[in-house]
Amino acid sequence: MRLPCPICGDRDRREFYYQGHAGMLDRPARDADPQAWNNYLHFRENPAGETRDLWHHEAGCGAWIVVTRNTVTHEVSGSVLAEKST
Amino acid sequence: MVNLIAQTACFGLLPKTIGTVSLTEVDAGPVTLIAPHKGQQKTVSAALKTAIGLGFPAPNRSVGTSPRVLWCGKEQALLIGAECPDLAEAACVDHSDAWAIVQINGADASAVLARLTPIDLRASEFKRGHTARTLINHMTGGITRLGAQSFEVMVMRSMAGTLVHDLTQAAENIAARAELSG
Ligand SMILES: [Zn+2]
Repeated sequence: MRLPCPICGDRDRREFYYQGHAGMLDRPARDADPQAWNNYLHFRENPAGETRDLWHHEAGCGAWIVVTRNTVTHEVSGSVLAEKST
Repeated sequence: MVNLIAQTACFGLLPKTIGTVSLTEVDAGPVTLIAPHKGQQKTVSAALKTAIGLGFPAPNRSVGTSPRVLWCGKEQALLIGAECPDLAEAACVDHSDAWAIVQINGADASAVLARLTPIDLRASEFKRGHTARTLINHMTGGITRLGAQSFEVMVMRSMAGTLVHDLTQAAENIAARAELSG
């Protein structure tokens, strides 16, 4: 399995650390109501189809990236730097 | 004051010749990590150009020979072989003696490295002056192509012994197979 790093190009999966769904980037405001924080911390979508995940190019350039992949076909369709994803 | 004897990272371990490849330690001299402040890469590049004649390298590239500037991560580069000029718009950290750097030369150099790293080392993809942060066996490090049959491999100094061990083992395996196939 290879993942496209926006900085380094296609790289082996072993160079990356998997963090989880990219929803982690959408942190609620400090004073958001408890339900919003509960959803952020504990609820995850489990889509059959396209999903976006956070990966760290740990053994490469050190960038956090958002990779779009399809959970049904396993196709990896692209990636962007996490800092540019919102 | 006692005069301490400076030892390089691979002191007592290299040089070695195994089959068609040679392993030699590179004494890099002064090394400085340069990390431009947010949005300041162009300013830093211009200041570097004025001071040492080399700009800040593009990702996965190395510029110059001696001194040289080697990209080493997102918005980071290593200035190798010259004292770091005053760069107001960058964080500069002394990395002298922090890296173990080994040159691997010879006909089987890329075959040896192919046993240790997942990156594509073919000359059509990984050309002279290209560099990559990647895995070297279980270590994170850097690989740079210096020539057709010449590469430089670097890891943090604390892993110098493991680097020499891993390169040696891979080179011995390649040499042994070559001997078998006569
Ligand atoms: Zn990368």
